[in-house]
Amino acid sequence: MRVAEAWRVALDALRANRMRSLLTMLGVIIGVASVVILVAIGTGTKRQVEQQVEGLGSNLLLVVPGKIEVGTAPVVSPLDLKDVDAVSRVVGDPGRVAVTVASGATARAGNRSDFTTVQGVLETTPSVFTRSLARGRYLSGADVDTSRRVAVLGASVARTLFPDRDPLGQQVTLAGVRFRVIGVFAPLGQSLGVDRDDEVHVPVTAAQRLWGTQRIDGIAVKAPDRERIDQLGERIVAELSRRHPDTEFSAVTQQQILGVLGDILGVLTGVLAAIAGISLLVGGVGVSNIMLVSVRERTREIGLRKAVGARPRDIGVQFLLEAVLLTSIGGLTGMALGVGTALLVDAFSPIPAAITWWSLALAFGVSAAVGIVFGVVPAQRAGRLDPVVALRAE
Amino acid sequence: MTVAAVEAVDVSRAYELDGVSVSALRGVSLTIDQGEYVAVIGPSGSGKSTLMHLLGGLDRPTGGRLVIGGRDVATLTAPELATLRNETIGFVFQAFHLLARTSAVDNVALPLVYRGVGARQRRERAAAMLGRVGLGHRLHHRPNQLSGGEQQRVAIARALVTEPAVLLADEPTGNLDSVTGEAVLELLERLNAESGVALVMVTHDQEVAARARRRIAVRDGLIRSDTAHDRPGSADPDGPATLDPAPSAEPRSASGSGPGHPSGGSGGATGATGRLPRPGDGSGR
Ligand SMILES: Nc1ncnc2c1ncn2[C@@H]1O[C@H](COP(=O)(O)OP(=O)(O)O)[C@@H](O)[C@H]1O
Ligand SMILES: [Mg+2]
Repeated sequence: MRVAEAWRVALDALRANRMRSLLTMLGVIIGVASVVILVAIGTGTKRQVEQQVEGLGSNLLLVVPGKIEVGTAPVVSPLDLKDVDAVSRVVGDPGRVAVTVASGATARAGNRSDFTTVQGVLETTPSVFTRSLARGRYLSGADVDTSRRVAVLGASVARTLFPDRDPLGQQVTLAGVRFRVIGVFAPLGQSLGVDRDDEVHVPVTAAQRLWGTQRIDGIAVKAPDRERIDQLGERIVAELSRRHPDTEFSAVTQQQILGVLGDILGVLTGVLAAIAGISLLVGGVGVSNIMLVSVRERTREIGLRKAVGARPRDIGVQFLLEAVLLTSIGGLTGMALGVGTALLVDAFSPIPAAITWWSLALAFGVSAAVGIVFGVVPAQRAGRLDPVVALRAE
Repeated sequence: MTVAAVEAVDVSRAYELDGVSVSALRGVSLTIDQGEYVAVIGPSGSGKSTLMHLLGGLDRPTGGRLVIGGRDVATLTAPELATLRNETIGFVFQAFHLLARTSAVDNVALPLVYRGVGARQRRERAAAMLGRVGLGHRLHHRPNQLSGGEQQRVAIARALVTEPAVLLADEPTGNLDSVTGEAVLELLERLNAESGVALVMVTHDQEVAARARRRIAVRDGLIRSDTAHDRPGSADPDGPATLDPAPSAEPRSASGSGPGHPSGGSGGATGATGRLPRPGDGSGR
């Protein structure tokens, strides 16, 4: 009965001061909404990256010169196509080995141009990485063997250079050399803000000739099964180290990449949420302030309630409920706002956002807790008021 | 003899103001019996309100013993004292102290909330009580929709809805015009006579005070006189005061007169005469 009265009175107090309640809630609303939005974006990005890394194909092993560690400088690759043959012998199946030698270059067609990444690759690329074509065909073994000047365009390169024409059979100029378009990739979309369709594949041999190099930047291997993937990586690294004793090599699996990316994005999401949490804290201080005002305004009411038999706790609970109600309603509103904004961002911007139930539960729990933490002092003050003094208050 | 509703023995109340102790009450003894009608008079600042707050357990004495409803206030915790107030005391204030934005019936029901009475029963009892004070047709009016006299009657209904033993009214007509004030006064007297609730009322009006069976005069934090007498021209000689079939102007319980305050001022016998040194009552006995 007493609790029901406390609820009624608390709601009544909020209703009586609608504008003030709303303004006080605003801090909590903004805080909770930003927590929800930022966590949604962090989670969405993490999921997208995970999907993309998994979408590269299963049991993938990436072999690069140097150490894969934050803070280590990139190493000039000593690898060439003979090393690729050696790796193919270790793997036992050349069809499972892909390579890349990449560089930025300007692609031109007619009077249109696009700065893009040109990748020199083997014909094995689509089966090692899961890539599919929208139009035409991919590079063949013959294209690679004869250094034929043919190119497969990424979706956005094709769109930029040939907005109103079929690119198949057309000429593109890459770094001043003419190539013939034989295929166009199906679109992949964006990853961490990078356009994954902004690339052009040409035979590795043609690319090497284009840039006057024998270099290979990295090797990718599709392992036959998951169990022996680490072992295979070690054997490849051992073979390459034997061939190039001065260079360190690293082999990383998709799982390791996922782990590292996940950790980075997790920390990033946490930092963003913490920054948003500060605004929630500021909102809490506002609640505390307004509750003190509320207690002062209603001093005579407190005195009267005590005179007719309200215990200190009854008064305290009443004001604590008012504070918790204030932040909870603010929290729910902020959640709705945050979820709505996150869904809009996900639908209408390239930034992915995913709502997770735990972030909502956390946001609501925190906003209610803010009410308790910042309401307790005003509530205690109200509960301890001397009724005689309170009744005399003006 | 029935148990006293409230008993104060040498009760004092001092306030600390900037480290200086100011005495509002300086040793007051009195007993409020059940069903009594007591008027408390005295100049402004003499300690009447302080006394009322103490008698109602709204405040605690800084000295002496105060027993409300058979319970020594000094032994009670704050929540226990709150419960005791709820069960034994009804307050009526000069300023009404009704909750704005709250209907008359909900204002009256408020004390029942803190007694844990269910909402439906609260409403029923509050509505019945409003009927008894003549406001059965104003149940859902808010204080600002009521006249001053009506507001004070709502406050009286609120004080009585818990059926307390004592009704403490501190200048209940102080904010009302004389006609409305008279009606409120008559209501209080009627309820006192009907329900047997003890009525202790602070008033400035000597005429009003004269209507009470017993008058307590307070000055400078002390009881100067405490006299009981028959109601002049009372149409009801069998009123509650006949519990005590004393002759008029009979001294009542001892008043707290200090050495510097020889009692026996205005109006006939005083309760303190027995303490004055009497010639012939000396050591030679
Ligand atoms: N809270 C308080 N702090 C300090 N002094 C007080 C307080 N309440 C009352 N007093 C003092 O106690 C004395 C009695 O006050 P009060 O009981 O209100 O008198 P009355 O009701 O007879 O006018 C006055 O001198 C008043 O100033
Ligand atoms: Mg007073």
